[in-house]
Amino acid sequence: MPALHDSLRSLLPPDRVFTDPARMAVYESDGLTAMKALPGAVLVPETAGEVIAIVRWCVEHAVPFVARGSGTSLSGGSLPVADGIVIALNRLNRILEVDPVDRVAVVEPGVINLDVSRAADRHGLHYAPDPSSQTICTIGGNIAFNSGGAHCLKYGMTANHVLGVKAVLATGEVVEFGGRSREQVGADFTGLFCGSEGLFGIALEITLRLLPKAEIFHTVLAGYHSLEAAGNAVSAVIESGLLPGALEMMDALAIEAAEAAVACGYPEGAEAVLIIELEGPVEKVAAEREQLAAILAETNAFETRVAANAAERMTIWKGRKCAFSAVGRLSPDFIVQDGVVPRARLGEALRRIGEMSVETCYRVANVFHAGDGNLHPLILYDGRVPGGLEGAEALAGRILEMCVAMGGSITGEHGVGMEKRDYLPAMFSAADIAVMKRLRHAFDPGELANPGKMFPGAEAPALTTHGLHPLEKAGILSRE
Amino acid sequence: MMAPDQAAEVADAVRAYPRVAAVGGGSKRRLVGAGEEISLRGLTGILEYHASEFTFTARAGTPVAEVAAALAEEGQYLPFDPLFVAAGATLGGTVAAGISGPGRFRFGGLRDFLIGVQFVDGRGELIRGGGKVVKNAAGFDLPKFLVGSMGRFGIVTEVCFKVFPAPVASLTLKVACADAGVAVERMVTVGSSRWEADAMEYLPQDSAVWLRLGGPEVALEKMAREIAACWPGEVEIVAAGEADRFWADAREVIWADGAPLVKVPLTLSRIADLEARLRELGPMPRRYSAGAAGWFACPDETALDAMLAAQGSRGLAIRGGGGSSPWLGSCPSPEVARAVKSALDPDGRFPSP
Repeated sequence: MPALHDSLRSLLPPDRVFTDPARMAVYESDGLTAMKALPGAVLVPETAGEVIAIVRWCVEHAVPFVARGSGTSLSGGSLPVADGIVIALNRLNRILEVDPVDRVAVVEPGVINLDVSRAADRHGLHYAPDPSSQTICTIGGNIAFNSGGAHCLKYGMTANHVLGVKAVLATGEVVEFGGRSREQVGADFTGLFCGSEGLFGIALEITLRLLPKAEIFHTVLAGYHSLEAAGNAVSAVIESGLLPGALEMMDALAIEAAEAAVACGYPEGAEAVLIIELEGPVEKVAAEREQLAAILAETNAFETRVAANAAERMTIWKGRKCAFSAVGRLSPDFIVQDGVVPRARLGEALRRIGEMSVETCYRVANVFHAGDGNLHPLILYDGRVPGGLEGAEALAGRILEMCVAMGGSITGEHGVGMEKRDYLPAMFSAADIAVMKRLRHAFDPGELANPGKMFPGAEAPALTTHGLHPLEKAGILSRE
Repeated sequence: MMAPDQAAEVADAVRAYPRVAAVGGGSKRRLVGAGEEISLRGLTGILEYHASEFTFTARAGTPVAEVAAALAEEGQYLPFDPLFVAAGATLGGTVAAGISGPGRFRFGGLRDFLIGVQFVDGRGELIRGGGKVVKNAAGFDLPKFLVGSMGRFGIVTEVCFKVFPAPVASLTLKVACADAGVAVERMVTVGSSRWEADAMEYLPQDSAVWLRLGGPEVALEKMAREIAACWPGEVEIVAAGEADRFWADAREVIWADGAPLVKVPLTLSRIADLEARLRELGPMPRRYSAGAAGWFACPDETALDAMLAAQGSRGLAIRGGGGSSPWLGSCPSPEVARAVKSALDPDGRFPSP
């Protein structure tokens, strides 16, 4: 690699080409802190043209590259390839256009998720996907990993909100998929590009669908003496015909962590809490809140609180949004899992996770998107204890296998990345995976774009470490 | 014509012929390319439907009408208003055509509700993509890719959809709009308003935008009054029977009166200009659905084709017309599209895209 450094410096000014290991250390790892690898160089382009030139340079020299935004991936999606190039896209952070007539935003890949909604706000619009890291994660990464958030049941995932993508593929070809329209004709290449985990190329310009902001929110916090009672309440709400914007659940250990971190004041003695949020026009919500109250009254909640104003709503959400980093207070290390089960089997899944936790002597905190069956068991471990990480990973693997056996998925919103690539065959047959690999080769015949991710069996360029992500320690980043 | 009733037999059929083309209910014939025809009408049945999961799985040849009836029994629906339901459209054909109706306005189109597929690729292998849960980020999003793919990359044999609870009540409003400029302005207002209209359809020849609101009845009446006050004298609350007929007409595209039908993806900002140009082309029944697609009933495609080509946009002829290719306007095809075609269909068994 050092032999190519001079050639690299012809692409960008020297202050935007890092080859010094100390300077590159921050890029060694992403939100999956258990893995790291030192790249050969980190390049910081400022324009789409520079990104294209870098990718074409990589093609010419057969050097693998990994695109990176804020490095918040929880599946190791932006883990560097040892000796490869990291293309840091944070400076491609321009919102090129917000169009209130077509209700779209056109943005560069390094734009922060929440900044899209901020820019759309004055038109009464917003960008719906809201991963917990939305104050820091970038749209490019959201697209690559088809990120989710707390509103997926009603609004879908990132791919549902991406209308068009201009991208440089791993062949060097620059393509434009989709466009500004919410409709299209022909096979949906935009949809295929979303969630391709960086294996196809790098998005340069993204056209996003904007939606009208909800007029009001009705947020309810309900405390339960058992996980089962809370699980039944989820089913009761869903079966009632209501379509809540968000339906979230936390267990006792997660509540304990959140209380310690932000004193969110959740009902004392709760084994589980539910956050249920209705949203929409004031008249609609007024009718639906009566319906919700009647349903909840039948669910054995020992305490139910309704947020009276925006401040109280924020307090309720604060405990949920901070839960992951709060768990960092309970344990030096943890793994976040992201499996999905059919909603009707949530109770069973939680019971089995509890049993596995007892069996393996690992504490597990549960924070999850109950409305769409997306679990987030947080497996607590100490990376300094020999075998601590390996045991936690083994438990995580058992949980994923359980999710698949129940008819669910190994990942709801974090993507496969490095972390779950060995579990892809649990969900897909050899023939399915062979087709995905052929597709990957159509976009990237040289296997240069983010190699090693998604597919099992590739070399793992990783070491193990422990502790919170540096940004997490600083309170900037939180995990979903 | 082959008529398999198992997915494995579809795979056998694909391997048996050098060129094959899938056919469903025959409601969008123009999209069927050349090749030995494989009918999927025997590949029917709902395999799984658990209302509390908001999902169902069914074989591709299942008529949409059968599914809609099963969903309605549980108070659920496919919110994007699938088209040609009474005409016999199948789930697979609807996915392959990639078309949605006026109901795509609120929650999105077919692509936003398809969560899993099984299909036969050009090697004659049964492949799965996506899954059966509403949230899933594992593997490439093959379900989305196949939306609108017209059987050119694979033959869909099974589909899994997300569904929603149907609104407890609906209310339809007809908003008079003197010209396209006024109509667009009002559609923009609706699109960023608090009202959350479920469906929207603009009929330039009737100088009217139709809106469908959904939710609790008491809420709908209040919002209707507000909308009426917004554009005094121009908003009519449509009686239930007439409203049902209107939306059924939109779903079945009865208004086109059997004429060849072209879909053009667009945005609101293009409509006024398009309307001005269309006046030069002579009478052509047309509608703008959900502010996202223009539907044109044109006996002669040539003029529309030339106009779209000049604008650098494309359209797709869904039915009728004599041309072999359903494409209108300009159709840029990146190099990678050919590579993807050969990845999924190396021997070119399916019609070329």
